[in-house]
Amino acid sequence: MSSYSKSGKAKPQSGGWDVAVWYLMRLSALGLFVLVLAHFTIVHLIYDPAIQTNDWIAARWSGAAWRTVDWMMLTLVIFHAFMGMRTVIQDYTKGTLRMALLMLLYLGAIFLFAMGTMALVSFPDAVKVAS
Amino acid sequence: MLLRYRGSEGMLAWAFHRVSGVAIWAFVLLHVFDIWLANVNAPLYNDLLGLYGSGPGRVLESALGAAVLYHALNGVRIIIMDFWPSMTRHHKQLWYGVWVVFLVIGLPFVVQIMAPAFGAQPPFRFGS
Repeated sequence: MSSYSKSGKAKPQSGGWDVAVWYLMRLSALGLFVLVLAHFTIVHLIYDPAIQTNDWIAARWSGAAWRTVDWMMLTLVIFHAFMGMRTVIQDYTKGTLRMALLMLLYLGAIFLFAMGTMALVSFPDAVKVAS
Repeated sequence: MLLRYRGSEGMLAWAFHRVSGVAIWAFVLLHVFDIWLANVNAPLYNDLLGLYGSGPGRVLESALGAAVLYHALNGVRIIIMDFWPSMTRHHKQLWYGVWVVFLVIGLPFVVQIMAPAFGAQPPFRFGS
């Protein structure tokens, strides 16, 4: 399958899905470079996490703008992190174990994406709650 | 593994990238869960925040920042070498560059994050 190093080149030579993932990993990396570093600066440097209570999140998510940005980040990070773990699993396992772990990984990705989307969409809007 | 195979900088860059990547993946699991929890059980989430804001919590927070910053910077190094193969010749210099930027950006973050754990005012104030 997709041993990235077998050919001696960074990009997989097999074509199709593996090459698409290779490009998408780099594309999502560029998006995450901006989104995650900005996110970390806001919630760890500008604001102390200790004050980020439920009310603080509701205020930040009062309106669609930050929810949209955070949902983009969620989408990219789920893809990038889980496809990265796919490479790790493929590097250290084979056969039935690999298949089982990959299935578990993909199911976990879908489950976590659903959980994050659910929180983002249904979080009470601070402005609407107050009025 | 790190002791047996002496691959020097390139191998260390790869190993750090992998370890930081898996660590960030694990944190993403926790982070999606805690924001989900903030929605369904606010008091429990607010209790969890106390843990995040504690001394050990802040050490882990700094470690998370280090993992994210290294992974981001070394990721740029990888992209540069992938799309500009002649730069591979300078992969060690690029890696040292990663560490220079890592320290310059990372140290102010660590001071800001750790200050409250020592009862000190965080050095950077933004409005509040």
